[in-house]
Amino acid sequence: METLIFDLDAKPLREVNQFLHGDASGLNGKAFVIENPNGAHSIAVGLKSDIHVTVKGHAGYYAAGMNQIAKVTIEGSAGSGVAENMMSGMVHVKGFASNAAGATANGGLLVIDGDAGLRTAIALKGADVVVGGSVGSFSAFMAQAGNFVILGDAGEGLGDSIYEAKIFVRGKVKSLGADCEEKTMNPEDRKILADLLAKSGHAGVNPDSFKQYGSARTLYHFHVDNAGAY
Amino acid sequence: MSEQQPKIPQTKPRFSATFDESTMSEIRRAAATGIYDIRGAGAKRKVPHFDDLLFLGASVSRYPLEGYREKCATDVVLGARFAKKPIHLKTPVTIAGMSFGSLSANAKEALGRGASAAGTSTTTGDGGMTQEERGHSSILVYQYLPSRYGMNPDDLRKADAIEVVIGQGAKPGGGGMLLGQKITKRVAKMRCLPEGIDQRSSCRHPDWTGPDDLEIKIAEIREITDWEKPIYVKIGATRPYFDVALAVKAGADVVVLDGMQGGTAATQEVFIEHVGIPILAAIRPAVQALQDLGMHRKVQLIVSGGIRNGADVAKALALGADAVAIGTAALIALGDNDPHLEEEYQKLGTTAGAYDDWHEGRDPAGITTQDPELMKRLDPVKAGHRLANYLAVMTMEAQVIARACGKSHLHNLEPEDLVALTLEASAMAKVPLAGTNWIPGVTGF
Ligand SMILES: Cc1cc2nc3c(=O)[nH]c(=O)nc-3n(C[C@H](O)[C@H](O)[C@H](O)COP(=O)(O)O)c2cc1C
Repeated sequence: METLIFDLDAKPLREVNQFLHGDASGLNGKAFVIENPNGAHSIAVGLKSDIHVTVKGHAGYYAAGMNQIAKVTIEGSAGSGVAENMMSGMVHVKGFASNAAGATANGGLLVIDGDAGLRTAIALKGADVVVGGSVGSFSAFMAQAGNFVILGDAGEGLGDSIYEAKIFVRGKVKSLGADCEEKTMNPEDRKILADLLAKSGHAGVNPDSFKQYGSARTLYHFHVDNAGAY
Repeated sequence: MSEQQPKIPQTKPRFSATFDESTMSEIRRAAATGIYDIRGAGAKRKVPHFDDLLFLGASVSRYPLEGYREKCATDVVLGARFAKKPIHLKTPVTIAGMSFGSLSANAKEALGRGASAAGTSTTTGDGGMTQEERGHSSILVYQYLPSRYGMNPDDLRKADAIEVVIGQGAKPGGGGMLLGQKITKRVAKMRCLPEGIDQRSSCRHPDWTGPDDLEIKIAEIREITDWEKPIYVKIGATRPYFDVALAVKAGADVVVLDGMQGGTAATQEVFIEHVGIPILAAIRPAVQALQDLGMHRKVQLIVSGGIRNGADVAKALALGADAVAIGTAALIALGDNDPHLEEEYQKLGTTAGAYDDWHEGRDPAGITTQDPELMKRLDPVKAGHRLANYLAVMTMEAQVIARACGKSHLHNLEPEDLVALTLEASAMAKVPLAGTNWIPGVTGF
């Protein structure tokens, strides 16, 4: 596979992103390496073709934001909003991720090997998010759809006001948010979990060691008896 | 013989100004249901507004322009600060963001048709971009909202401009609402929600907090769209000086400022009537912020909230705005609250002109509904034509006033062309009380 190297010390990010937005027919199947990212924001955002971009170091905010089809690997840590609003493809953070990782992501797979910060998978809209470590408070707030796997612990208010997203946690949950409750894992959900573990490099981990959480659906309609819960 | 009692005069039954009819009926409703009142439209009580300002036409000391012969230009360019492809409008009257979901697909199409005919833009809303709207709007602004319902990069690239919504005048600090009746299959799918639920959308963006983050967010959207499209930032009017300054610092090309009279699809009545300030009070501080940063006319200011006619447009521009946006007025032009539907409004327990239960989705005019039968009542071609007419009238009215003030472009109108009828308006708009040189808080009496 042909690999092109971009050095952010030498080339402005704007040009790199613009190049990566080029015509898919010319880009598909190619691999790119971004050197010296040094925490720059918006690295590899808005990709839309079948390419693999490897970031050699730490990325700032919104790395791989709105990703479509492409695979992005960040060999360091990622700032806030990594893979925000991703539509498809895959984003792999080998280090830690800051707040709002995978926010509002609609599709694709976000894998974070380390821990992730506050509000991970907030307003998730259909993507899969797998965190190897623990996640901070208010994760999966208002998560609408998709699957969220946490191999470590979860902070306070997990899944507050959640809609139809599914959460799987292997460690401890500090507290659940409003309208989030523990569910019994049915065979279909177990399969979803097992597949995600396999795809994210955790093939050896037993799905039965997880607990599943989801919406109690008591806040789906405004009702006077729920006033205290909003 | 019985002695005749002198007749004691009776005091006429007197209603309270404080506990008026509407207040009492709301207390009874609240007591019966235990839940706050939700409705559409903007603040209904009287607040200082453009009606409290007057233009000083030309006379001996000023020179007017000939009404039908001399040119008075109305075009406006938005977003030339950073965007490679700024927006060019023929009239400074734009259509405000109103979601598909709150409005029917036919209503969205009609807005697109009317605005395109008039050479102006429409704006999506909290629910994503529909084909109807993109297809019929020659210039479409795509909203980037806290909920991010329907947000996707393909639509971002299809948009002509992007509007990051921080707040709305009807509910600064509040999120969207769409009740179950309007969450049909199509709306649910676009928003990725279960059908028929009462949707509450978040009031804060999920992946940024504060002005420093906003700057990074705007830069991200620019990177995704290769710096082509103007980026607007929309705020509800509360602390306009600081909010406008921060939006400019964060890199906005255009600031949209919405006053408390601004309409909404569905919000708590208490929110609509008691949070935020009138647009009249917000424009001068916003313009001051732009001037202090050397950005007036470089970052454009679009104002909204209760704009109804060409006089309102001219006054907003004279106070320093570059363009205006209309929501409620555009819906009325399409056919909302029309007296010919009185019988049906009566059945809904209201009357033409006062109908505001837009969240219930039973709009007899087929505008604020998702009911396929009701929706069919709105002919998008005819309604679009009415909107185009109305936009043309507003533009011509603004020109009439500008020419009378001797201006060859609407943007040449200035605060010096205005006086105020009331002390409040004088203080808020910072123009003198009519017949005096007095501006409370600025000049001595
Ligand atoms: C039916 C309706 C739906 C609206 N939906 C949105 C929306 O989705 N996003 C938004 O920023 N503002 C929304 N607004 C507010 C308008 O964009 C605009 O700020 C307001 O209508 C301007 O005031 P006016 O109605 O007095 O002209 C909506 C307003 C109405 C009437």
